[in-house]
Amino acid sequence: MLREKRAADIAQVLAKYPPERKRSAVMPLLYIAQEEYGYCSDEAIREVAEIIGCDPTEVKSIVGFYTMFYEQPVGRYVIDVCDDLPCALRGADKFVTYCEKRLGIRAGQTTPDGKFTLNTVMCIAACDRAPVAQVNREYRYELTEESFDRMLDELSQS
Amino acid sequence: MSGFYGTKNKTMERHVLLRDVDVPNIREYDVYVANDGYAAWKKALTTMKPDEVINVVKDSGLRGRGGAGFPAGVKWSFIPKDIFPKYVVVNGDESEAGTFKDHQIIDGNPHQLIEGVALCAYAVQANTSYIYLRGEFYEPAKTLQRAIDEAYAHGMLGKNVLGSGFDLDIHIHLGAGAYICGEETALLSSLEGQLGQPRLRPPFPAVQGLYAKPTVINNVETLANVPPIVLHGAQWYRQYGTEKSPGTKIFCVSGRVNKPGNYELPLGKYTIRELIEMAGGTMDGRPVKGVLPAGSSAPILPANLLDTKLDYESVQAAGSILGSASFVILDDTVDIVWAARKMVRFFKHESCGKCTPCREGTYWALKLYDKILSGHGTLADVDMIGEVAGQMAGKCFCLLGEFATSPMQSTLKHFRAEYEAFIANHQGGKMNGYTDELIREGVLAGPEGVITRH
Ligand SMILES: Cc1cc2nc3c(=O)[nH]c(=O)nc-3n(C[C@H](O)[C@H](O)[C@H](O)COP(=O)(O)O)c2cc1C
Ligand code: SF4
Ligand code: FES
Repeated sequence: MLREKRAADIAQVLAKYPPERKRSAVMPLLYIAQEEYGYCSDEAIREVAEIIGCDPTEVKSIVGFYTMFYEQPVGRYVIDVCDDLPCALRGADKFVTYCEKRLGIRAGQTTPDGKFTLNTVMCIAACDRAPVAQVNREYRYELTEESFDRMLDELSQS
Repeated sequence: MSGFYGTKNKTMERHVLLRDVDVPNIREYDVYVANDGYAAWKKALTTMKPDEVINVVKDSGLRGRGGAGFPAGVKWSFIPKDIFPKYVVVNGDESEAGTFKDHQIIDGNPHQLIEGVALCAYAVQANTSYIYLRGEFYEPAKTLQRAIDEAYAHGMLGKNVLGSGFDLDIHIHLGAGAYICGEETALLSSLEGQLGQPRLRPPFPAVQGLYAKPTVINNVETLANVPPIVLHGAQWYRQYGTEKSPGTKIFCVSGRVNKPGNYELPLGKYTIRELIEMAGGTMDGRPVKGVLPAGSSAPILPANLLDTKLDYESVQAAGSILGSASFVILDDTVDIVWAARKMVRFFKHESCGKCTPCREGTYWALKLYDKILSGHGTLADVDMIGEVAGQMAGKCFCLLGEFATSPMQSTLKHFRAEYEAFIANHQGGKMNGYTDELIREGVLAGPEGVITRH
């Protein structure tokens, strides 16, 4: 139960918004739920809905609207590589093809061991550092095939 | 700090915004304070009435840096005086392709943003502010939260700031991956916990914004301008820029240049050609084919317009929009049809689905580009792209749908011959360099069949 496990974090989130506007907390609460469950499971959605006092279907539609809330289980490390135009002008597409080969999956898929999910994403506001990715929302700038290999090795060991 | 962002391009003796270029570690409270930090905040709270703050910002001529260029002081003066509570909402959604200036301000000089938010809040007498950051700014949000915590610890935020009787709380709210949430009314919906879809205006946020209360919404860069304006005055600020576009502006340069990055420059002083030179020139010195002055949203300017000056009026006169000043540089190696498809794909992905012209228009437009790119296009498809864009223009609920037409219409206008050549050279599914991309996106079948994700 989120309410017991993350009581302090939930209280901190709710305190940001007027007491009668709890619904504003839906996104930060979904992030907390996702941290706990790995994705926005039905159970996670029900719990968030209960905390903010609205219908679970409404929370579900929020989850569906935003790309950073996952409706399905994802890998332990979600690698989001930008392949939007500015990055693509600096080799992003070739780099994504390398990532696909190296991981043995297509963008949008998860490795069979459940470790890595590879996604392509739209601009992530670091186009001067292309190719650029986020791994579980942390930036990795100026990636090369070598640094990508090193990163995978490090993550595989942890 | 992992993932710390900051480019170090020195374009001014003393930067107004990118002060992290001049002063190492200015993101730390002590360093910021030792360099005039929070001096404007103290000045305002101890010697200025709220209206005086509004007036100095009005006199400075500061225009919104989020895209529309609306004068900030004028916007603040629309806030009704007799309705409470009021809110200041900061737009840090920064999702226009090619834009990474707010990212550097938040990571490199966060206290200047906080001080700007505080001055705005005091000016309109709001006691609560929300800084809406795109969800991908998870790390920058930590840097900013740390700076906010420092400001509270030093009594710059919280109850009865500096004994003035003025209370101010600042909260960060993270989005979750939706470009449309940069549109101010969609941002407010998102912040209220609704779907991030635009609302009808009027009522404008100044009258009925967050929780239907008077709300100022300004971009991160806009507010970062405010502390130096309040500290040094409107005339000081106007030493930079032109009469109609005063001050300095951060230009994000990306694409086919040697030194992509953020470049802060006085508005109207330099040309696009000079900006490209500052960014190290094009890769291998290739000729420029075209320039997107505001990412995917603004019409492309062909190479014969490189001598356009960098201010709002000049770029508009040249047929585009300065907007967020995210300059994406395309050289002669770039396939315009491919580039246009990337941009159309962006809008198809980011359309919020609320209205039909945008939702269906971007869907069909992408299908047409897919057909051409995979070598099955005809000249009729090129005309059809123009027709789809024409059907969308002026009929969309919000500007996103209008923006989506600009890569189509502007590339057709300036580079129609390239579309025709592309079709002639790739007839009958003849292979081109884009196979991997198209398989990845489910347009072409790969060895394992068609992947359908998008
Ligand atoms: C589709 C769309 C996306 C936008 N994205 C952003 C954005 O990411 N950041 C931003 O500051 N303004 C963005 N804007 C502009 C805002 O709606 C609004 O004009 C701006 O936040 C006002 O602040 P300013 O006056 O300081 O520029 C966007 C507008 C549209 C129509
Ligand atoms: S124009 Fe597009 S983004 Fe704007 S409301 Fe319509 S569907 Fe949504
Ligand atoms: S295009 Fe990749 S970060 Fe902007």
